[in-house]
Amino acid sequence: MAGQSEFVVRFAGEGGQGVVTAAEFVARAATTVGYHALTFATFPSQILGGPTWTQARISREPVKSPGDYVDILVAFNDYAYQEHRGDVRDGGVILLDPTVEPDPADTGRRALIVPFDELAKQTGESRAANMVVMGALSKLIDMPLDYFKDFVSRRFAGREKVVTANHMALDLGLAQMEGEAAIADLGEPEKPDYVQSFIKGNEALCIGALAAGLDFYIGYPISPATPVLVYMERNLVGDGKFAYQASSEIEAIAAILGAGFAGKKAMTATSGPGFTLMGEGLGLGWMAEIPCVVINVQRGGPATGLPTKTEQSDLLAAMSPAHGDSSLPVIAPGSVAECYESAIWALNWAERYQGPVIVLSEHSLAERAQNIRKPDVSAAKVEQRDVYAGSNGYLRYEAWERSPMPVPGGPGAYVANGSEHDPYGDTTHLPKYHIQMTERRFSKLRLLDDGTYESRNADHPVAVVPWGGSKGSAEEAFDLLEADGVGIGYYYTMFVNPLPSAMLEELRSKDLVIVPELNYQGQFASVLRAQGVKAEALTQYTGLPFRASELAERIKERLAAAKEMVRA
Amino acid sequence: MSAKNPEYDFKWCPGCGDFGVRRALELAMQDYMVKYETPMSQNVVVAGIGCSGNLVHLLDGEQPFGFHGIHGRALPIALGVKGANPDLNVVVVAGDGDFLSIGMEHIAPQAARNLNITAVIMDNGIYGLTKGQSSPTTEIETVTSSTPYGKMEAAVHPLELYYTLGVSFIASGYSSKPRDLASYILDGMEHPGFSIVHVASPCTTYNDTYEELKGNPAKGIEPTAWALPDDYDPSDRAEAMKIVHRRGVPLGVVYKDTSRPTFDARMETAGVAAGGSRDVAKLLGSFDL
Repeated sequence: MAGQSEFVVRFAGEGGQGVVTAAEFVARAATTVGYHALTFATFPSQILGGPTWTQARISREPVKSPGDYVDILVAFNDYAYQEHRGDVRDGGVILLDPTVEPDPADTGRRALIVPFDELAKQTGESRAANMVVMGALSKLIDMPLDYFKDFVSRRFAGREKVVTANHMALDLGLAQMEGEAAIADLGEPEKPDYVQSFIKGNEALCIGALAAGLDFYIGYPISPATPVLVYMERNLVGDGKFAYQASSEIEAIAAILGAGFAGKKAMTATSGPGFTLMGEGLGLGWMAEIPCVVINVQRGGPATGLPTKTEQSDLLAAMSPAHGDSSLPVIAPGSVAECYESAIWALNWAERYQGPVIVLSEHSLAERAQNIRKPDVSAAKVEQRDVYAGSNGYLRYEAWERSPMPVPGGPGAYVANGSEHDPYGDTTHLPKYHIQMTERRFSKLRLLDDGTYESRNADHPVAVVPWGGSKGSAEEAFDLLEADGVGIGYYYTMFVNPLPSAMLEELRSKDLVIVPELNYQGQFASVLRAQGVKAEALTQYTGLPFRASELAERIKERLAAAKEMVRA
Repeated sequence: MSAKNPEYDFKWCPGCGDFGVRRALELAMQDYMVKYETPMSQNVVVAGIGCSGNLVHLLDGEQPFGFHGIHGRALPIALGVKGANPDLNVVVVAGDGDFLSIGMEHIAPQAARNLNITAVIMDNGIYGLTKGQSSPTTEIETVTSSTPYGKMEAAVHPLELYYTLGVSFIASGYSSKPRDLASYILDGMEHPGFSIVHVASPCTTYNDTYEELKGNPAKGIEPTAWALPDDYDPSDRAEAMKIVHRRGVPLGVVYKDTSRPTFDARMETAGVAAGGSRDVAKLLGSFDL
């Protein structure tokens, strides 16, 4: 299949063999010259070693998902070879370390032995094994070696010895591919006429939060949310800013509530287990009406679950993390660019409705490095709190709807109360106040109906409606179906709670809504059904994202079954 | 019922020690306002859950800000309030159950950070609001509704615990002496760092210890409360260790270490080390292709 305009390269081996940085390197090098790239990574939960793999999908056109099958596998050990060779498409190439014995029965794929480490040693820079790989790659993907060389020169500028060694490694790798045919032909890259960022989902979330005026961050280390903590500790500094490591997620949620109460834009980031621990605190935020944002970078669950795999199984928990009557706003980004947007929306929503907002990201987005149009931080629409500015004697909870919020140090002293309360904020058990305050809290969700949504082929009575990180795979599946002449509609929003009412209205009119999601229960489908949508889930619970082609097949099957039913 | 809100219907039992602690806190906050010429709105009272936490709704006169949160989490909420605005005078009020059982995990981190807040702990040695279960400070072998055959855990000795965890200001008192208590609390508020004022505050319904605290010579009961020596120096760590190891309720400031920087001072130093505030556009620029 030479001549294809995109390819997927996967690096598999032991943590510490350069596997982690390889995909990002090739993606960076390719995007620098004008291609599009997207990486996917899954690491073992251990400091050194353990089976690790990363991959990059490189294309002339923008890409939205990690890619279905592997064109080139680089296997650094036998385990990696055995584990991943099945994902390599027929006609693909497998680069192997000399310690690995290729299976002679596997004739569909080209297995090529490359002494990565030995060649790297020849350069005098034993860590250059990855560059040997890149040299070999350049031949297989028909990309001029200079792209890599220029990139190396810029990356290690001022370190001549390193540059020379790495250039030599690239040459040595290329020489190994003497006579081998290229597997892909990307064609000339087209550099876009706008500035791009090469950024990961977690990083984009951080930038978005800072652009929205975040003041206060506290978090507890947990995969895959730790990079947010690390970034904030380094960068949320200076006058009036606060970033710190908490002693637990329970401390983190309580502290952001304290900070939100004291007038700050406050946020924490966590993953499943930590999010569960925050449940009671989130209930308090809803009850006492305290603005704050919690990012939940989903991993596989329950309990410790799959710390370094991807899953979309926290939606129900995100909407109702606490006991009692509550419905927390949830924004689930579906791309790296949306990670940036979602953080801004979340902080704005929190200030606007005066309560906690959940950003539901996931592992595959958090670790995904991608080229995106550089966000314009100066254009970020930032909302500020409606701070009470009157005199003392104000009754904070008197209204049946959102009301100005006093801030300590200013007028209007009151008690923010997690017990049911009266207009003063004093504890009460009177039915009239429980009715009033419950309705007051839910009424504020109506302030959040400005979420946007996308649709394609909206007239079709059946629609596919992905959410969160499955957006990219579903969009590509939709494209495949369209190219195949299969008619179906497509809807998407990152505002999963509350859903944009106009979109909900449209979905209610559909005969069938198909929801691809990475969980067993079909959580978003059940949320839609509860709101009067005839929704059905297409689920997957492998710890990995959907393959667009498989998803397209499953949607097609489901459509055929629906037609069969109509006929019957 | 509180003066400001006639509809508020929570009541402490007659004779509850918490009345005296409330009075002491009112006095301390007023003294603080006068002394530092700050408005009452600079005070934030973060309350735990239990009889004692209701204090935040029962304060007389001009009202501070209050946060009545969830069981055991008053300290981390206070961390957020103080971290957000170091100029606020932040006071935690909680009971022995809230602070020393479910909330125990939060004491060590605040002590280690030397978070500049004051915790006023009302210790009645029992869970009152849930009607008489054993608490961490209930003595071993005591029969309560949840320990029908006698409590099987040794009691926590709060002062010893605070001392060991590195709390930089420890005072101890009892609820019948609100003026003295107020002076300890004010001392704690002025202390640069984490201060705890631990108060024996008897529960007249489930654990009435007034007689033990004050003593009753007629019945041969020695008072458990005892005065610190006149020349006692709370900055002497070795001497303080002797005090916290002696049982009973010492009256006064037991320990005070003013040599450690506060958490907010360290935050400021870190901000300077980081080179001050960041420009978001510049941060984003580091990801430019």
